[in-house]
Amino acid sequence: MTTDLHRRLGMTDEEFAQVGAILGRSPADPELAMYSVMWSEHCSYKSSRAFLRDLPTEAPWVVVGPGENAGVVDIGDGWLAAIRIESHNHPSFVEPYQGAATGVGGILRDVFTMGARPIGLWNQIRFGSLDDPHSRYLLGGVVAGIAGYGNAVGVPTLGGEVEFDDTYRGNPLVNVMCLGILRRDQLVLGTAGPPGSIAILLGSSTGRDGIGGASVLASTGFEEGAATKRPSVQVGDPYEEKKLIEACLELYERGLVVGVQDLGAAGLSCAASEPTARAGAGLDLDLDAVHCREVGMTAPELLMSESQERMMAFVDPAHVDEVLAVADRWEIDASIVGTVREGDRLRVFHGGRIVADLPTSSLSEDAPLLRRPIARPDWIDALWDDQTRPVETDLVETLVALLDHPSLGDPSWIYEQFDHMLFLNTVAGPGLDASLVRVRGTSKGLAVSTDGDGALCHLDPRRGGARLVWEAALNVAVVGARPLAIVDNLNFGNPENPEVMWQFTETLAGLSAGCSDLGVPIVGGNVSFYNETDGADIYPTPVVGMLGLADPMPPLRGSVAPGMAILVCGPAQSTNLAGSAVQTIVHGAHGGRPTNVDPDAGEASIGTAVRIAHEIGGGVLHDISKGGALVALAELLMPAGVGASLSPTPYTHAFGEDPHRFLCLVPAERIEETVRIAVEERSRIELWGATTGAPELSIGHTNVVPVRRLAAVWRGAIADRIAGGSGG
Amino acid sequence: MKVGIVVFPGTNCERDVAHALGLLGADTELVWHRETNLDGFDRIVLPGGFAHGDYLRAGAIARFSPVMGPVADAAAAGVPVLGICNGFQVLCEAGLLPGALIANRDLRFICRPVHVRVESTTSIITRAARPGQVLRIPLNSYEGNYVPGDSAPIPVLRYCEPDGTASDAANPNGSIDAIAGVTNAAGNVVGLMPHPERAVEQFMVSTDGRVLLESFLAS
Repeated sequence: MTTDLHRRLGMTDEEFAQVGAILGRSPADPELAMYSVMWSEHCSYKSSRAFLRDLPTEAPWVVVGPGENAGVVDIGDGWLAAIRIESHNHPSFVEPYQGAATGVGGILRDVFTMGARPIGLWNQIRFGSLDDPHSRYLLGGVVAGIAGYGNAVGVPTLGGEVEFDDTYRGNPLVNVMCLGILRRDQLVLGTAGPPGSIAILLGSSTGRDGIGGASVLASTGFEEGAATKRPSVQVGDPYEEKKLIEACLELYERGLVVGVQDLGAAGLSCAASEPTARAGAGLDLDLDAVHCREVGMTAPELLMSESQERMMAFVDPAHVDEVLAVADRWEIDASIVGTVREGDRLRVFHGGRIVADLPTSSLSEDAPLLRRPIARPDWIDALWDDQTRPVETDLVETLVALLDHPSLGDPSWIYEQFDHMLFLNTVAGPGLDASLVRVRGTSKGLAVSTDGDGALCHLDPRRGGARLVWEAALNVAVVGARPLAIVDNLNFGNPENPEVMWQFTETLAGLSAGCSDLGVPIVGGNVSFYNETDGADIYPTPVVGMLGLADPMPPLRGSVAPGMAILVCGPAQSTNLAGSAVQTIVHGAHGGRPTNVDPDAGEASIGTAVRIAHEIGGGVLHDISKGGALVALAELLMPAGVGASLSPTPYTHAFGEDPHRFLCLVPAERIEETVRIAVEERSRIELWGATTGAPELSIGHTNVVPVRRLAAVWRGAIADRIAGGSGG
Repeated sequence: MKVGIVVFPGTNCERDVAHALGLLGADTELVWHRETNLDGFDRIVLPGGFAHGDYLRAGAIARFSPVMGPVADAAAAGVPVLGICNGFQVLCEAGLLPGALIANRDLRFICRPVHVRVESTTSIITRAARPGQVLRIPLNSYEGNYVPGDSAPIPVLRYCEPDGTASDAANPNGSIDAIAGVTNAAGNVVGLMPHPERAVEQFMVSTDGRVLLESFLAS
C-alpha cells in the first residue's frame, strides 16, 4: 500500500489516524476504501451535522424524520407521503446528461426504498447566463438527461424552477425532488433486521462506474480540468430502474422484506453498513457473490462502485426463494450477498478470505464531526448599507426587460420535454405556483412547491432562508393546500471558508425560524458543499421543497377571462427592492437588506389564499414572487391573451418582491365575498384593476402595451436563446 | 366484454389506460408480455411507455416478446387491437401496421396537448366521431415522427390547427402528411401517437379522448 492512498481517496491525515485507532492497526485497502467514502462530506455531513440537529423536525404527523432514505408524513385515511430532495451538482457539470439522469434515478430510489410508489418528480436547476455557449450546453444536457431518465422510468416530472445567474456559471446546480405515496402498512425502513436475515442485492450489475463519486466528485470543488473527473460520474439505465421499482413494490405488497437500502453514494459500503448499524447487528458480506458487469474488480472497487439501479433487500430466510422468484418475474438480477450476524462486526469476504473486518457502526456513527470556523463577512454591512436607489425607468419597458430574462421567461421549452401527465393525477402541473396531484381513492390532493433564490440569500441568508419557507408555503396555499412538511437542499460553497459557514448557519437559522413560525417540520434534506470553481463560491442557495395537503381537493382553478376583478392580497409593498429581479436584471445592482418576513401577515395570507381557492369558484390565484406584482399579473394574462386595466402603480409596487403577497382574479360579482374572506382572515386586500376584452395591459391609462408583445418576449426568453445559439 | 392491456417491461401507461377504459365501463386486465394465450379478450391495447427500454429502437425488441404471436393472431382474426404511442411503435415494428416512427423533427421529447383532425370514421377508434372533428389530446413522445416508407397508410388522425386546417407549425414532430394515427386495411388495428387516456376527465386538457376510446369499446 502506498503511504498516501488515503489522501488520494480524499481523506485527511487525521482521519486516517482515527481509522487506525478504531481498528487498532493499519487499515487494509478495502477498509480504507469504505471509510473514505462513508466519511466523505457527501455521506457523513461532517461539516453540517452539528448544525442540522437544531432544525425543527417534529410534528404529530411525522412518521419518519431526517436520517432515513426519505421523510414520511401521515396524510390521513391510512395514507402516507414520502418525500426527499437531493443534489447532483458536480456530476451534472462534468457530464450534464448522465449527471442529471442519475440524480433522478437516485432520488427515486430514496423514495421507493421506503415502500412508496413515486408519483412525481421536481427539479431545481441553475446555470450561468444563456449568452454563454457552455451554459446552453449544460442546460440542454441536463434537461435531456432529466427527460431521458424520468420519462422512461415512468414517473411524471410535475414542476420545478430554473434560474440563470453568473454565480452558477462554473458550478451549475441540479437538485431533484421526489414524492411518493404508500399505505401505512407498506412502510419499509432501512434496517437489516434480526440476525439470520439474508442480504440480497437486486438490480443492475456492479461495474467500475462512479467509483469515488461521493468522495472525489461531490466533496471537493472544481478547478481546471474538471473533465478529467468524468470517470467518477455514474451512468443511468432508466429501464433497469423501472423494473426495479415494480419488483420492489411487489416485494413490499407481499411483505417479503424486513428492510431495504438503496445503493447510492458510497455504493455497497453504505448499503451494507448503514442498515446493519441501525439494526444493531453485524454482517458477513460476500463480494464474490456480487453480480458484476466487469471481470477482475478488486474489493475496494466493488465496495466503492456507484453503479446505478441497485437495491439491497434484507429478507427472512424463509422468504428468500419468493424474493428471487419476484426478481425473476420482473427480469432483474438478484444475488444473495450476505447474512446478518449477532454482534457489531462487518466482515467482508473476497476471493474466499476476509478482506475487511471492522465495527459496523464506525463507518457512520464514528464519522468525523467538524466544527469549522465561522466568520461573519466584513462586506455584509457594506452591502446592507447600500442605499443606492434605482433610477426608475418606464414601467412597460421594465416589464418587457424582466419577461425577456430567462429566469422569468416562459419555461415551457424545458417542461414540455418532461412527461408531466402520466398517472392521470396532475390537476396543476409545471409552470404554476405549485403542482397539485390528486390521491386517487381519497378526497385529497398533494401540492408541491420548490423555491430557491441565491441573490436574496447572498444579501441576507437568514432573512432569505425564512423568506423561502414562507414563499413555498404561500405557493401551496394558492392551489388550495395547507403546508405540511419541508425538505431542504442546501447548496453552498466551500465549507473550509469561514464566510461560507456563516452563510450556512445563518440560512439554517432562517429556515428554522420560518418552519417554527409556520408550524411545519423539516423531514429531510441534503447538504451540498464545495460548490465553487477556482476559489469562487456560489451564492448560498438553499432550496425549499414544500409539501402541502388539500383535503378535500379545491374546485378546479378558473380561467382568466375579461371582466374579472384584480385584487392584491397581503401586506403593503415597501419601497425596498433589495434582492429583487428588477434590481439584478434591470439595474444590474446587488445591495441593500431584503425585507424580512412577518409571520402574522404570512399566516393571514395563507389562510386567505386557501379559503379563496376553496370557496370562490372560478377564481385564479397567483403568488407574487420573482419580478413582483406586474410580472405575476403578466404571467396570468399572457397565456390567456387577455388584457387588463390597472390603477396608477408606483414603480416599487409594480416590481417589489416583499413576502406574503398574492394576486387574486375573481369574477366581478364575487369581489365582496372575496374581500370578506380576507377581512375574516385579517389579511389586507386591495383592488388593483380589472381584466379587459381589449388585449392590452394599461397601467393608469398612461403606460399601455399589447399583451401580444409581452407574450412574444416571454415565450422567446429561453426558447429563442437556445435556438439562436444552437449554431454556436 | 374484456379488454387485455399488454404490459412489456418498461411499459408505463397500462394503469392509466385501465383507469380511462374503466371510467367508460370496460372490464380490463393487464397481460404480462410473456403470456402466450390471449383467448377470452375481445379487445387488445398496447399502451404507452418504453417497452424493453426502447433499446435499439422503440418497439424493436418488443416485437419478439412472446405475447406478440397471439397479438398477431388476434389481429388476423379481426379482434380490435389499439396501439397508443409506444404501442403504435410496437405494432409498426411487428408489421401489423405500415410505416415507422422516427425521432421528432426537433430532436426533443414533446409532452403537450396537440390538435388532431378525424380523417376517417370507419376505424375502430373513430366510429363515434364526426368526419373532420378536431380533438385536443396530449402527445408524449420522442419518436413520434411517422414515416410511411413504401406503404400507403390509411390515416385516421392528422395533426392540425385548432380550426382543423393543416400547417407546418401544427405538425409537432414532422410526421409525413401530418399523420398522427393509422389503421390497417382491415380496419381492426389502429395505432396513434397522442394519448386518448390523458383526455377523459374534467381536470385534464380536454375530454376529447373519450370519443376515441368509446369508439374502440363499441367497435
